[in-house]
Order: sequence, then C-alpha cells, then structure tokens
Amino acid sequence: MPEEKALEIKDLHKSFKSGLLGKKINVLKGISLEVKKGEIFGYLGPNGAGKTTTLKCILGLLFPDRGTINILGSDHLSIKSKEKTGFLPENPYFYDYLTASEFLNFYSQLFHKQKTEDINKLLELVGLKKHSHTQLRKFSKGMLQRIALAQALLNDPELVLLDEPLGGLDPIGRKEIRDIILSLKERGKTVFLSSHILQDIEMICDRVAILVNGSLANQGRLDELVSQEILFTEITVSKISRKELEKFGKTLTYFGNKSFMKIYDQDKVDEILQLVKEKNGTIHSLVPRTQTLEDIFVGMVKKK
Amino acid sequence: MKIRAVALNTFKEAIRDRILYLLLFFAVVSLVLSRLLSLLTVGDKIKIIMDAGLSSISIFGVLMAILMGTGLVYKEIDKKTVYTLLSKPINRNQFILGKFLGLIITLFIMLAVMTAIFIIIILLHSGTISWKLFVSLGFIFLELCLITSVALLFSCFSTPILSSIFSLSFYLIGHLSWGMETLIKKITPGISKILTQVVYTLLPDLENFNFKTEVVHNLPIPPKVFLFSLFYGITYTFFILMLSMLVFRKRDFI
Repeated sequence: MPEEKALEIKDLHKSFKSGLLGKKINVLKGISLEVKKGEIFGYLGPNGAGKTTTLKCILGLLFPDRGTINILGSDHLSIKSKEKTGFLPENPYFYDYLTASEFLNFYSQLFHKQKTEDINKLLELVGLKKHSHTQLRKFSKGMLQRIALAQALLNDPELVLLDEPLGGLDPIGRKEIRDIILSLKERGKTVFLSSHILQDIEMICDRVAILVNGSLANQGRLDELVSQEILFTEITVSKISRKELEKFGKTLTYFGNKSFMKIYDQDKVDEILQLVKEKNGTIHSLVPRTQTLEDIFVGMVKKK
Repeated sequence: MKIRAVALNTFKEAIRDRILYLLLFFAVVSLVLSRLLSLLTVGDKIKIIMDAGLSSISIFGVLMAILMGTGLVYKEIDKKTVYTLLSKPINRNQFILGKFLGLIITLFIMLAVMTAIFIIIILLHSGTISWKLFVSLGFIFLELCLITSVALLFSCFSTPILSSIFSLSFYLIGHLSWGMETLIKKITPGISKILTQVVYTLLPDLENFNFKTEVVHNLPIPPKVFLFSLFYGITYTFFILMLSMLVFRKRDFI
C-alpha cells in the first residue's frame, strides 16, 4: 500500500517581474517534493532561496507560473484543503487592536465549526493563558510568535505549515515550540517546517529538502543525507609534553596544562591513547566529529 | 458566517480609527453652524438649515468613506494580516464582501448619528419633519455605498494616498458630469455627439442621488426618478464590487 501524501508539489515554477522594464526574475525553478503523512519535513535554504515563496504558493497567496500542488489529495486552493491546513507566517503581525482571545475567536469563525472552547486550551498550550485579555499591540515578538502558532492550530489541522517558527524566541521559548511541534507529530499531524536554523531542523525533522537559488539541491532522510563517517576527532589531554604531541599533527591550542588537538587520521587517535596510557597522562575529552547538516548545507550553497 | 466575521472585524477596526471621530466632530460642528447660518441669511431659515445640513452630512460621509475605504484592503496587505486570513478557508470574494460590509455598517452608524443631530436641530427650529428628508438621506447613504466600493476597488491595487485621490476624483467627476447632458443636446449630430454620449454613459452621474432640492423646496419626487436612482446606485455599486473582486482574485501577495 503506497504511503499517503500530506503534500505533493510537482514542477513548481514562479517568477516575478521587476523594475520598469519588467525584467523577469525566476524565484522557483521547478520544485518537486512530497511530504508523507505524519512526518516533520524540514524545508531548508539560505535567505532568498525561495522558501517563503513556496509556502505562499502552497497557501494560494501567490499563483504559480507552472506546476501543481496537492494538499491531502485536494487542490491547494480548495476550501477543503484549507480546512485541514494551519499556517504560521514569518514575522507574524496581527490585528493589534484585538485581544488574544478576540483574535482567535475571529479566526475560528472562518472555519466550519466554531471551537470557542478550544481557544482557552490553545492559549494554555502556547503559554498565553494569562494574556488572553491583553491586546496584541502589547505583545512582545516572542508572544506574537506564540499567538501565531495558536492561530495555526485553531482548526486542529492535519498539515501544519510553519515559516521560521523559532525565529525571535529565547532558548526556553524555542524549546517549548519545538516540543509543541514534536507533540503534533505524536498526534499524527504532518509538519512542513521552513527554516534556515539548521540546529532546529536537525533536532526535530525526519526528512529535509535543501533549496538553493530556487531549485532543490537535495532531499531525503536526515540519516541518508548526513554521512556517519568520522571526519576528525577532537582530543583534550594533559600531562603530555608538547614535543611528544606535535608528531601526531597540528596541536591547536594550549590552555594551562591542557592541550587541544584535532586529529584527522583515525589510527593516530589510537596511538595518542596508547601514549597517554604509557605516560600516565589524562584524557579530558575525546569527541569524534561526523558530518553535520550544516556541512552539507554550506557545501551545497557554495557549490550552487 | 465568514463574511460576517470579516465585516465585524472591519467594523471593530473602523470604529477605533481616530479620523472617523475627527470627521464626525467637524460634521456636527458644521450641522450646528447651519443653524447659525440661517440666522444671518434673508429668506426661509429652515430651507437654509436643511440645505446646509444635508450638504454637510453628504460631504463628511463621503470623506469618511474615502479616507477609511482606501485603507481597507491596503492595510491588510501592508501589515501582512491578509497572509494568515486568506490561508483560512475563506475565498477572496468573501473577504472583499466582508470588508465592504464592515465599512458600510460603520458609515450607517455615523450617518445615523449625524441624522439624529440634524433632526434635533430641525425640530428645534420648525417642529416638523418631512418624509422626503429621509428619502434624501437614504440616497446619501446609497451614494456612500458606491463611493465605498470605489475606494475599496482602488485599495486593492494602490496606496491609500493614490486611492484617495482617485476616489475623490470619481466623486467630483460624478457631481459635475451632469453638465455633459446639456452639452450633448447642443452638439450637432455626428461622431462628436456619439463620442460625448459614450463618455457621459461611462462617467458616473452622482447627481442622480441628489434629492436636496426636492426636500428643501418641498418639490414632488417622481416615482420614475426615484426608482431609476435606486436602480442606478445599486447596479453601479454591484458592478464596482464585482470589479474589485476580479482585481483581488488575480492578485499575488508578494
């Protein structure tokens, strides 16, 4: 039985005209991707790669030049697909004269059934319960991000589209929002997350697509994309003379009686361990560094 | 339901706008001044009060419609609130209709406040009110509906300042175009007459909604004129609203 798709984009093209002469700028150059039901899909790309443009096309805010978009089996512009979708924009801005609960109440009326009883639960989920009667104009950036997430979850959506959801949040806020995203997955929801913060993507996403200059440079499972091969090993030792260490490679830094080294040859790591044992030295840390998403990302952006 | 939600939100936004109260204040001052003006004028004082009063209500109503209507859609796009709103299961036509109705509700309330003050002034002076006054006020409201739809149309693709200039031009042209009717009668038949006729048909004729003379001088309102003005106002507003929806439906939100 084929896996069900929450989102399917085929050959998506979008261009804009710029300047007096109407010079054509191709922003999306044939994007094709599939997001399976129940997964967290990371949509990565540097600034200006076309991430937000893709999201706007999915939501029907921009009309693609070419290509098709399907959400849970329906056309992306249909009311049916919008009933099942939630969206959090980048740098959200809302009707600042409304209070948090008035705002959610207004948006809830745009769906078939009004879920007023859910509004309090949502405000609690995003940590804004005590601010339910505060006008949005008095909200900080982090609070606006939270209320934006609340409105995205208002209809208990099957597909949640998040554009830079962790931007503008402090470390605690980021952790809380990450936990909410993970809890959505646990409840069987699909999350499409656009970001350039690699650390967050690496922590929570099942699959990723890397967008560079309007084209997909790579996509797949994180463990498939990221090689598990050890690139180098970082070792911190003490009670071993510099002279003895220098023959293993370039010693990077000395601090106090400790030496920090970066060893590219795996055999030499074993030799250092042997030496430390013989000389009664101390190993403070030994960290093998494998390839990260950042390495792949930077490599692809540079290549393009 | 969805149109109602957008309309109520637009209404909430509009009644918080300070410019509305500033215009209302000046409208009230103007209405009160019409009473003073009547004291300084020779002739039937009530006619002066009615004429100046109805003109004040009309002008300040139009200013409210233009100044608020031109920002209606533009603000939603500029502040990007439209991104989340249109990502919900609402189509773009419902959004435009909701915006239009929201402002119409606001204008209706403002018109009701101005009318109440106006009636008090008239009652204090003469003690009677003619039903024709309400006909005239009804057509002022219809004109406001049309002006709002025009402001909304420009708001879909232009900045508030430009939209205000365009809408104000529409209003002025609409009140001056009746002169072309006389011109058509004087032109000798030929291509120029046909062209003038075409231009006159295309241009709005907002004098169709002007029943001030009938009210002030207590002249009869022929049912034919009444029905034509009503049909003209509703059809024109409907047409401009359709045009707004068409423009908005094709729009990319970059």
